Amino acid sequence: MATPQVQEKQQPETGKAVVNDFSMTVATKNGSGSQTSNLTLLRALFKMGIPVSGKNLFPSNIQGLPTWYTIRLSKKGYLARRAEHEIVVAMNEDTFVEDLASVAPGGAFYYGDHLKFEINRTDISVYSFPAKKFAKDSSAPATLRDYVANMAYVGVLAHMLEIDMAKIREALEYHFDGKEKPIAINMGVIEAAYEWAKANLSKSDPYRVEPMDETKGFIMADGNTAGALGSIFGGLQFMAWYPITPASSVAEGVSHNISKFRDKEGQDGKTYGIVQAEDELAAIGMAVGAGWSGLRAMTSTSGPGISLMTEFVGLAAYAEIPVVIWDVQRVGPSTGLPTRTSQGDIISTYFLGHGDTKHIMLLPGSASECFEFGWKSFDIAERMQTPVFVMSDLDLGMNTWMTKPFEYPNTPMDRGKILWEEDLEKLSDWQRYKDVDGDGIPYRTAPGNKHPRSAWFARGTGHNDNAKYSERSEDWEKNMMRLKHKFETAVNYMPKPEVISSGNKVGIISYGSTDAAILEARDYLAEGGLQTDYLRLRAVPFTSEVKDFIEKHDRVYVVEMNRDGQMNMILRLEYPEHTTKLISLAKHDGMPLTANWVKEAVELQEK
Amino acid sequence: MTETAQMPNVQLNLVGLSKNDYRGAPTTLCAGCGHNSISNQIIAAAYELNVVPEEMIKLSGIGCSSKSPAYFLNRSFGFNSLHGRMPSVATGAMFGDHRLRALAVSGDGDTTNIGMGQFKHIMRRNVPMVYIVENNGVYGLTKGQFSATAEKGLRLKYQGLNPFTPVDVVEEAMASGATFVARSFAGDANQVKALIKAALSHNGLAILDIISPCVTFNNEDDSRHSYGWGREHQEPLHDFTFVPREQEIQVGEFPEGTTKTVTMHDGATIVLKKLDRGHDPTSRSAAMKLIDDARNEAVLLTGLIYVEPNQPSLTDVAELSTNRPLNRLTEADLRPDKSMIETANAMMF
Ligand SMILES: Cc1ncc(C[n+]2csc(CCOP(=O)(O)OP(=O)(O)O)c2C)c(N)n1
Ligand code: SF4
Ligand SMILES: [Mg+2]
Repeated sequence: MATPQVQEKQQPETGKAVVNDFSMTVATKNGSGSQTSNLTLLRALFKMGIPVSGKNLFPSNIQGLPTWYTIRLSKKGYLARRAEHEIVVAMNEDTFVEDLASVAPGGAFYYGDHLKFEINRTDISVYSFPAKKFAKDSSAPATLRDYVANMAYVGVLAHMLEIDMAKIREALEYHFDGKEKPIAINMGVIEAAYEWAKANLSKSDPYRVEPMDETKGFIMADGNTAGALGSIFGGLQFMAWYPITPASSVAEGVSHNISKFRDKEGQDGKTYGIVQAEDELAAIGMAVGAGWSGLRAMTSTSGPGISLMTEFVGLAAYAEIPVVIWDVQRVGPSTGLPTRTSQGDIISTYFLGHGDTKHIMLLPGSASECFEFGWKSFDIAERMQTPVFVMSDLDLGMNTWMTKPFEYPNTPMDRGKILWEEDLEKLSDWQRYKDVDGDGIPYRTAPGNKHPRSAWFARGTGHNDNAKYSERSEDWEKNMMRLKHKFETAVNYMPKPEVISSGNKVGIISYGSTDAAILEARDYLAEGGLQTDYLRLRAVPFTSEVKDFIEKHDRVYVVEMNRDGQMNMILRLEYPEHTTKLISLAKHDGMPLTANWVKEAVELQEK
Repeated sequence: MTETAQMPNVQLNLVGLSKNDYRGAPTTLCAGCGHNSISNQIIAAAYELNVVPEEMIKLSGIGCSSKSPAYFLNRSFGFNSLHGRMPSVATGAMFGDHRLRALAVSGDGDTTNIGMGQFKHIMRRNVPMVYIVENNGVYGLTKGQFSATAEKGLRLKYQGLNPFTPVDVVEEAMASGATFVARSFAGDANQVKALIKAALSHNGLAILDIISPCVTFNNEDDSRHSYGWGREHQEPLHDFTFVPREQEIQVGEFPEGTTKTVTMHDGATIVLKKLDRGHDPTSRSAAMKLIDDARNEAVLLTGLIYVEPNQPSLTDVAELSTNRPLNRLTEADLRPDKSMIETANAMMF
């Protein structure tokens, strides 16, 4: 379908202050150390009680290419990206001209006075400041001067926007883990810049901040670290991985933190193993080997890695080996846009493998849900004895989100149907692939089990109930039908969708990191007179609530971040009788969805 | 070794098992295939070493050779994995219960063609495992195409002439830092068995490159992977004796000077009576030269080429518990206490 070209507008009335409701973007160069400054601003605002979100738009490059960091403040609590920004801080000569042009009318433009450019706009406030001076004057060692220089804009903005300096200090204390020296150096630059701005700049734009009380009961977290911590609480025992943006920080989050949570004093040996593999083929192979040997095993990757894992995932599904795979999606195929976000792996992952395969996919919609699915995915994988995918994305995984605190797992670990010596002792008969309970899930044993009847032979070849090689057609069909039945059973273990429904005619289905944009868009649609209901998918296969939701609505918009409406295709496959109700609204520009796009896209259809 | 006869004609080993307890399903490989004789020696070695089958795991990739774990050690857990990817599966599997012994079978195609990458990396990591390459110079299972170990100039009926330089399994192993490297010949059953036993005593990755003729596709006498060529050109490096830990060496049994003993990590001993070449398998440079000599002289030098018994293995490096395997840990070991959720949240902002 045609996607609308949205002109987004938000112009202040002249003379009226705009408080806690605008976006600001800092334009720098990749690798210049601006991330500390940006996070300091973000965290200080959060500590002031103002709902904020921060999004890093970065290139696939280590040093030198332009990068933008956008902070949105929203007194209403909207966390989605906005396409426009009212305040721009220009620190990069390479993008100065476009940065200047990008400021919303009535907005403010700050730039380092070492950048000599003509200012050709009169509809905005323009401020220049000596960006390099404060670092030079500071106690920072020469080697760090370029990095702390970025603190200059923090100080200038702190004065101009009225950001609480005590909260800035708290942000620095957190960032530098309480280490007084770097805190003092950075704070020194910020204070000097603050005082300079106070003495030299006079404010002519309406944007400023005020303390609120809207962030209590929230934390700031990125989905990847959250997922890593969740996995640690899930009892992760083995992880193998291969570096790839935007997934690396899942594995690094595990390896950097697991010792703190899992190594106990006087403990004999580690309770986990971590291997950085030679590639994704090996990473999944190791995880599958570990899953076979009875461990809670996982790997994390992005689209290109998922492609390489295909043969192993098919094998694991067919040999019925539990393993958890995180796919932090980016724009593909192959390298695609490696630092941009996407939900483009939905179809290929759902059917990953050859022969008839369908896989469980968990769909976290927030950083705290990444934590939850971190532990829950192991329970589901071991219960179902199959690969479980957690489908995150770059925006959710790498950006810092205001999110609910992580909650301790509310159910005991589910190790599934695994038999040890004493269990086998009680059973006169045990067959690896026999469906004893009628749910399609057989019983398994793991190496190290000393019972003489414990061993079985894992294989990708055709096999009978006893895991013995079989080319008999009946055995093949029976096994495949059992696996199908097992997938139906999986529905009982899936997290249910989140449904907001009040009997409206129009419904929206979405999933993952689009949540913030949908929530905001629904408000705008309602302002325009269109009330909508909303279902946020949390897992595939779908639980009955999904069908109920579609049935109850005349039209259902399936909003997602890919070209072909991949989740919409899966919904149509599952509910062919509702094909005509399901309308795909798909966007694939590599950027997190905006509420305005969603609103306009729905309105265009509803006209 | 004491052997108590329980039933007439049934010999039981020290763990009370008969040789039959170490067998697998009947082989479906071609009669006379080298792989079958290697399976038989795996059975014999495990039986004679009193291995408890449940304390061993067996792994393989894909190929005729990789099928063979179905034909030995029925009571051991097994994993017939993917073509060329057995090393990764084995690496992960060793974390489950690292006290188990692992024996993996691969083919020359499985290892040096599709699986070259994983083959190299499993050696780097010194995964404690016996890795047997049943090397026949061809892809048996897909009907006789050249593998990367086929010699330059080999001519096969359907494939024509192989114009490319072969990969030498043993040389690749040395280049990747393998800590136990041996070559043998399926036609020399005793040596194969002795080397398997020694390899099972090694705390690290033990590579056995065993020339294992494919009687169906590559067994002409002038082919480097044939029985005929092997019989004509095999030159054992040593008189090789493996002495398990529980068996004592008599004083004076092996005179110094003409013999070299290597003490393995588990206390077993390898006694090598030097033959013509006087090869010292603890010398890396000697091993490299030997490989070169074998190639230049076109001989099949067999036996222990290199051993380094005291390198830490992957599971040593991973600092796993010595008495509780990972796969026996429970929720109490694995899930942090409830109070730790505060720590997790405090790490955020
Ligand atoms: C991914 C993949 N590609 C190709 C094959 C087909 N295939 C099966 S076995 C084999 C070669 C086996 O050769 P080798 O490892 O030397 O074993 P052999 O049969 O000679 O013992 C090939 C190419 C496969 N099973 N999987
Ligand atoms: S084809 Fe060759 S390798 Fe395969 S079983 Fe027959 S003889 Fe052995
Ligand atoms: Mg072969």
